[in-house]
Amino acid sequence: MKTKTKPAKQKVKTVLDRHQRDRGMLVAILQDIQAEYNYLPKKALTEVSQGLDIPLTQVYSVASFFKAFSLKPRGRHIINVCLGTACHVRGAVRVLDEIERRLGIKAGGTTKDHRYTLETVNCVGACALGPIVIIDGNYSGEMKADGVKALLKGYK
Amino acid sequence: MGKEKVLKRLGSPQELEALRASIVKSRDPKQACLVVCGGTGCLALGAQKVITAFRRELKERGLEDKVSLRVTGCPGFCERGPLVVVKPENILYQQVKSEDVAEIVSATVKGKIVDRLLYTDPGTGKKITYESDVPFYKKQKRLLLSDNSNIDPTEIRDYLALGGYAALSKVLFDLSPEAVIKEVKKSGLRGRGGGGFPTGVKWESCRQAPGDKRYIICNCDEGDPGAFMDRSLMEGNPHSVLEGMLIGAYAIGGHEGYIYVRNEYPLAVRNAEIAVKQAEELGLLGKNILGSGFDFDIKISRGGGAFVCGESTALMASLEGKVGEPRAKYVHTVEKGLWEQPTNLNNVETWANVPLIIENGADWYAKIGTAGSKGTKIFSLVGKINNTGLVEVPMGITLREVIYDIGGGIPEGKKFKAVQTGGPSGGCIPEDKLDLPVDFDELDRVGSMMGSGGMIVMDENSCMVDIAKYFISFLEGESCGKCVPCREGLKRMSQILARITEGKGKDGDIDLLERLSATLVDSSLCALGSTAPNPVLTTLRYFRDEYEAHIKDKRCPAGVCKELVTYLIDEKKCPGCGLCVKACPVEAITDMGKKKPVVLDQEKCIKCGACYDVCNLGAVIRK
Amino acid sequence: MVTLTIDGRKVQAEEGATILEVAEDNNIYIPALCSNEAVKPYGACRLCLVEVTRGKRERLVASCLYEVEEGLKVKTNSERIASNRKMLMELLLARCPNNKEIQDLAHKLGVDGTSFELEDNDCILCALCVRACDEVVGVSAISLVNRGVDRAMATPFYEPSDVCIGCGSCAYVCPTGAISFKDVGDTRYIKWPKNGMEFKLKKCKTCGRYWAPEKQLDYIIKKVNLAPDAFDNCPDCRD
Repeated sequence: MKTKTKPAKQKVKTVLDRHQRDRGMLVAILQDIQAEYNYLPKKALTEVSQGLDIPLTQVYSVASFFKAFSLKPRGRHIINVCLGTACHVRGAVRVLDEIERRLGIKAGGTTKDHRYTLETVNCVGACALGPIVIIDGNYSGEMKADGVKALLKGYK
Repeated sequence: MGKEKVLKRLGSPQELEALRASIVKSRDPKQACLVVCGGTGCLALGAQKVITAFRRELKERGLEDKVSLRVTGCPGFCERGPLVVVKPENILYQQVKSEDVAEIVSATVKGKIVDRLLYTDPGTGKKITYESDVPFYKKQKRLLLSDNSNIDPTEIRDYLALGGYAALSKVLFDLSPEAVIKEVKKSGLRGRGGGGFPTGVKWESCRQAPGDKRYIICNCDEGDPGAFMDRSLMEGNPHSVLEGMLIGAYAIGGHEGYIYVRNEYPLAVRNAEIAVKQAEELGLLGKNILGSGFDFDIKISRGGGAFVCGESTALMASLEGKVGEPRAKYVHTVEKGLWEQPTNLNNVETWANVPLIIENGADWYAKIGTAGSKGTKIFSLVGKINNTGLVEVPMGITLREVIYDIGGGIPEGKKFKAVQTGGPSGGCIPEDKLDLPVDFDELDRVGSMMGSGGMIVMDENSCMVDIAKYFISFLEGESCGKCVPCREGLKRMSQILARITEGKGKDGDIDLLERLSATLVDSSLCALGSTAPNPVLTTLRYFRDEYEAHIKDKRCPAGVCKELVTYLIDEKKCPGCGLCVKACPVEAITDMGKKKPVVLDQEKCIKCGACYDVCNLGAVIRK
Repeated sequence: MVTLTIDGRKVQAEEGATILEVAEDNNIYIPALCSNEAVKPYGACRLCLVEVTRGKRERLVASCLYEVEEGLKVKTNSERIASNRKMLMELLLARCPNNKEIQDLAHKLGVDGTSFELEDNDCILCALCVRACDEVVGVSAISLVNRGVDRAMATPFYEPSDVCIGCGSCAYVCPTGAISFKDVGDTRYIKWPKNGMEFKLKKCKTCGRYWAPEKQLDYIIKKVNLAPDAFDNCPDCRD
């Protein structure tokens, strides 16, 4: 099934129905929509506002409040650098600096070629192997600045 | 274990016990069982490959009926993962790789041991065979965590086999709601999420609040960086939390429950959903539970990546589809919470303690711990510590025992500097206070707090000003932005600390930090803001000299703050091997030929520390 | 009715009234930037914090939110309160150094400078505009977006709003003038901190002046169920 060609209205309707059109589940609804599009498109948010009968301002405020959501299209590969305290104490900032330097973007940004989006996360709970970098759900532990080059290879 | 039948709805406590008996009967306690930790930590270390290898090996050798495989949640010894325990003997294998699987299976079948995979005691140099003999586990009191090794979280039968839901059954048929509340009050259980509020008292207030609907919430929005206790409980033993919530719901008179799991814990979400589904199938959730006439439903809700949503009113706002903005608690949430109804919110670990209390009695529970803090507490021991992982200890044990006897002390022989407890709301505790007992009130007295259980150990190479900057920066990013003191205050504290760590500190900066701290403590709308100054205040209290070195001498004694640190090559030690040359991302180091020390160009150096990390000969000095 | 003490003075108040309301009724000054009697209290500026003593317990509470009780003891000023207010004003002054209302309030509270790096804003994120648009007007065209230091008052996507009626209520309640509007010829220009909108004004059938946004009038017609020509004449030309 070509999900890309399904119109926003239909996709959003499916998600809303899955959550019984419960306004309280707005965050979960937005998460499911982001899972479909890899970000939150304006059209989809407008559909959510209409479908749940809540002001667009509420939908947009919630979408812009929570770090999990991106209002801009994200890269094909999401890099997550853990900046939890344990990872910080083990030098996570140096790893982040090196990734930023190499990709030419700051945390929160996406490379021009849309290959990577770099995000930081506050503790994924794998503190024994800090510093941790997660790319597309693949964990790499005990990261050091000199390991970044090898880590980024192989992601197109 | 062969494939078991679909779960049939239980209509009475007798049917529950009959099912339990049949499960226990169908299991041979003497049969070999390979327990592999499948918690997020071990998975990150490659445990999935190990699990897949075991499945394949057992299948290929036709051993599936002789040797069972159980994938469990986190037992706590994360530093040594992937972990495999061979039951019933409880032989512990650590740092297991998929290549080791064949040997483990052969050894298990033959009743032998794979020596090389055993844990070596760093003190004695001897190998340790059994899990309970490992020093890391010895001083713990794992009332909550030990079951993690005996339960596949996606299999409710494992929980039932251990006696699960017997406490619920007892409550529904033998105790009145008031009696349950009385028991929980008597136990002395205090909230494990950080607030430390007496749980029984909270339940009582909620029960007595006027209103026709009562909501029950489990807060699994564990946001303290470095803390993963709740993750491990929710991933590893979700039914213990469900059972606790059911008992609480009955006592309080609530019929709708929510488990709010942070977005960054996908495995915990998944396992909670499976647990709820299986409990529903058995009729342990839903209508007329066990024929008692009591109804209770649980919905799983996910966070959206906001630390502030760990605060109860912000969490409830999020559950209402609004932004996670806290509100003033002049009227408590037990009276007006979710949708303005009486709501009882408790932390994961708090809920998990409840079945134990009902099962064993309040008197039993109250014997553990100290006068003011009963029971055990799970801590995530992380940072500069040999045995990183989860530890569960009785309240009252000293910090020194946790860090040295259980944690194994500081790696690489470095010196202990401080331990941060309570996450961003807590404070740093220095060496001379290590004999403090771990207890809600004792930790408060020294300016820190127990918090949710994060324990971050720091050594001589940790800069306390950098740590303070880290926490303030973290909170600045997590502030909801509603109130002036928190939003503007944290921004300014962050700017001041950044300047100090960049060598641009001024006279009067410390005074300004203290004044800002006082304002945040007094006027912030919620606890995020009012406790935010704690890391700054405690580091100022115990490590003021470090601040002064940064400000007056433009020096970072621990060698951490980039702008105040210089990397130098020790020409006497450098053999010219060129490792650092390759590691340097900006080619600031030049290879001068074999046996000649390399040359580091200070102008090009970006102070990333890659050369320092890669040199094993100590030829790179950090000043 | 309840009796409470404010700054040593016994006053009477209706149950359910807030300390701020009672203080204002009794001519007792408590600074407050984010409160307005037209909308629900928000408790964000924290300037209105007072000390209350209830039995043995003493604490600082937001007077705009805290409801009075029998026997409550309130102190609207003290060393602790004064020092908090001063720091809060320093923070606001650093945020909005060129804003007259903030400068005036700072001066009133004895704050003449700030120790922090200066920014240049007018909006203090009090959300009075948001509350007015939501609670009074009922269209919810604006809200507070983003989080923490990036918080801002804006329309969704910072684009012209489909539901804004151009009434200017947000500008009326704004305590710092961060929102303003001006009517020039046949157009109303509304200026918010991050973006703005234009609205076509209705022309009076009789005198020909442009007097109110068409969208606003259409909204009122719909809401109150009036005849479509109800606003064809401006208020001066109506009988």
